[in-house]
Amino acid sequence: MAPLLELEGVSKAFGGLRVIDNLDLTVGEKEIVSLIGPNGAGKTTVFNLITGVYRVDKGEITLGGDNLVGLSPHRITRRGVARTFQTLRLFLNMSVKENVMAAAYGHTRAGVVRSILRTPGQRREEREIERLAQERLAFFGERLMGYRWNQPAYSLSYANRRRLEIARATATSPRILLLDEPAAGMNPAETAEITQLIAKLRGDGDYAILVIEHDMHVVEGISDRVVALDHGVKIAEGSFDEVATNPRVLEAYLGLRAKEST
Amino acid sequence: MADPPTRPQIGADEWVARSAERSAAGRARTWAEQTPAPIRYGALAVVVTLIALVPVMTSDEYILRVGVVSLIYALLALGLNVSVGLAGLLDLGYVAFYGFGAYGYALLSSSKFGVHWSLWETLPLVLGTSILVGFLLALPSRRLVGDYLAIVTLFFGQIFYTIAVQGYRVPLITFHGTHDITGGPNGIADVDDFRVFGHHLTTNRAYFWFSLIAVVVVFTAIHFLNESRTGRAWRAHRDDPLATELMGMPINWLKLLAIAVGASVGALAGTINAASLHGAFPDDYSTPVLITIYAMVILGGAGSLLGVVLGALTVNILLEVLRTPDHARWILYIAIVVALLAKVRPWRKLAAVLAGTLAFGIAVHAIVAAAWPRGVHGLVSISGTDFSNGGWFGWALRHWLVLPAHTYEEGQYTWFNVALVALIGLVLVLTMVRGWVRWALLVPTLWLAALVWETRLVEEGTGPTRFLLLGAILVVLMAARPQGFLGTHRVEIV
Repeated sequence: MAPLLELEGVSKAFGGLRVIDNLDLTVGEKEIVSLIGPNGAGKTTVFNLITGVYRVDKGEITLGGDNLVGLSPHRITRRGVARTFQTLRLFLNMSVKENVMAAAYGHTRAGVVRSILRTPGQRREEREIERLAQERLAFFGERLMGYRWNQPAYSLSYANRRRLEIARATATSPRILLLDEPAAGMNPAETAEITQLIAKLRGDGDYAILVIEHDMHVVEGISDRVVALDHGVKIAEGSFDEVATNPRVLEAYLGLRAKEST
Repeated sequence: MADPPTRPQIGADEWVARSAERSAAGRARTWAEQTPAPIRYGALAVVVTLIALVPVMTSDEYILRVGVVSLIYALLALGLNVSVGLAGLLDLGYVAFYGFGAYGYALLSSSKFGVHWSLWETLPLVLGTSILVGFLLALPSRRLVGDYLAIVTLFFGQIFYTIAVQGYRVPLITFHGTHDITGGPNGIADVDDFRVFGHHLTTNRAYFWFSLIAVVVVFTAIHFLNESRTGRAWRAHRDDPLATELMGMPINWLKLLAIAVGASVGALAGTINAASLHGAFPDDYSTPVLITIYAMVILGGAGSLLGVVLGALTVNILLEVLRTPDHARWILYIAIVVALLAKVRPWRKLAAVLAGTLAFGIAVHAIVAAAWPRGVHGLVSISGTDFSNGGWFGWALRHWLVLPAHTYEEGQYTWFNVALVALIGLVLVLTMVRGWVRWALLVPTLWLAALVWETRLVEEGTGPTRFLLLGAILVVLMAARPQGFLGTHRVEIV
């Protein structure tokens, strides 16, 4: 089976600093791949390269065979790549529902004139994306339901903001979801919940998922495959157990033992 | 403020979400939101009808003229609110579109070039061109954000003003000599009235209704736009441009659109202004006007449509009321007392400050009266109204302040200038001290403020004082309510 997302020989440097070096990475249809590595390994940079925030220096990125390099970020999103942010970037002053509805921009059509005139087509579209928003928020059970719909996003707790980010990303109707540390800052119970939700996301939405995560319990619980990065270079790839026992990964996380390094 | 001890789970999700229930303003907002839409729109319709009845109830041309200008400002505030309030773009070139509309209409419907198009021919052309110019302005600046966008657009506004002022000697290559296009500093006079469906709009009353209809139409259009995908994308852009683009919204296009939509509203206001004034003059479209519109938008609450209209009406009507010294005097003293009532707690402290101010004035008055043979019961003002000479308030002021006799006859203003400088110094010191020193200092500051007001500022009511007082009122209002009248408190980083 051809992979959905494919990075081939991707490199990125900021000045003289090579952040990503000749990286190959694939994510298949409905596959969950975890990207791990110590701080500064270049994980979030990979997300920024895929979504077009940074321009690739060298190499190719394709989604379902279509080239993504050089497209502006909103075009890449419309092709089917959606992401969440490590440092939450919600539209804080908009309501919970509007956050999700805003992300449906890409697959609605009504222009300025039709919106001002409130044509039947525009109103139908509005009803559709409102229903879409409710459906996406309902995915998280009672957490984002009811009175919270019309609350501004800034009134949500940290964990609910993380959930809202995922709901917003899914509202762009993606083929692949890029989740940047979905369990960061969550307590153990919430972490366990998010682990189940990621698996459920794949089942319900038929998404492929590329996830950056530091919590190894989450990584172990969800991953079909794990890719480990260090200093912008892929140092290991395979099942969780293979990567977790890989000596280069241990070295990257823990450093060399004094005896071995001599 | 002390929190009630029984409040449960402070900081919990639901506690934050239900924060509105714990403040009076929040409860009012919730109540307004929960009122069924037909009732809310009905209430709005009643208010609009009441405003529409103003020209029926009065035939005072001055009041009607103030009404027309207020409504034009309301239009301008609505237009500026699109780029500033909704999309979060600091557009300082907005006033150029206002002028563009006025000059566009003036050139196509006046005796300047003998062109006399009707409104229905001019308006689409002017609005269409202003949208185009809006695009052209936004095109090079679409990669700019924040301060940089502000600089570029401010530059654009200044270019427009320069062209309008210098446009009376334009060298066209195909002709000899220079040509007068804009009338230069004198502007374009003799602009036609609006002709709508065969009617000539000649009276202020007619322009009042025309402007009111324009405000209602523009308000509705922008309200619908704000509730659509475009409006959501604008508001998303205001909160986080990067996330907006990564959620599939084309931010460059959205920025162009916001500036162009605002431009067309500004141009519409410009045509109404030119027609109702029968002229287009460059100083009506310069930076001070821009600042006034910004003050309206910020005071009303950027982002709230009803708020910015309210802000426009408040600021413009306040500026008019302040033209009359006696009105301005009342507003000053009432504003001071209201500010003290709102800010000084507990009431014992408030009473002490008020009594102290009164006693301080009476004491200073008595000492100076005993030591100075000249007499300290000078006129409160030379404006000559009964209020200044007689009336209990005028009498009280003369026995509280130190107003040397025959000042105006002898033209000795030096003392008052010294007092003004001392007042500014006192206010500065006041902001730096804390605790009881501040309350003690407040007493002479209030007294000196009244003295400076009665001797200097009230005389310049039509000039700088108006704006000085407006500025002071705005500072106080914004300190009390930073988000503006109807604005929502915005959270940037949490």
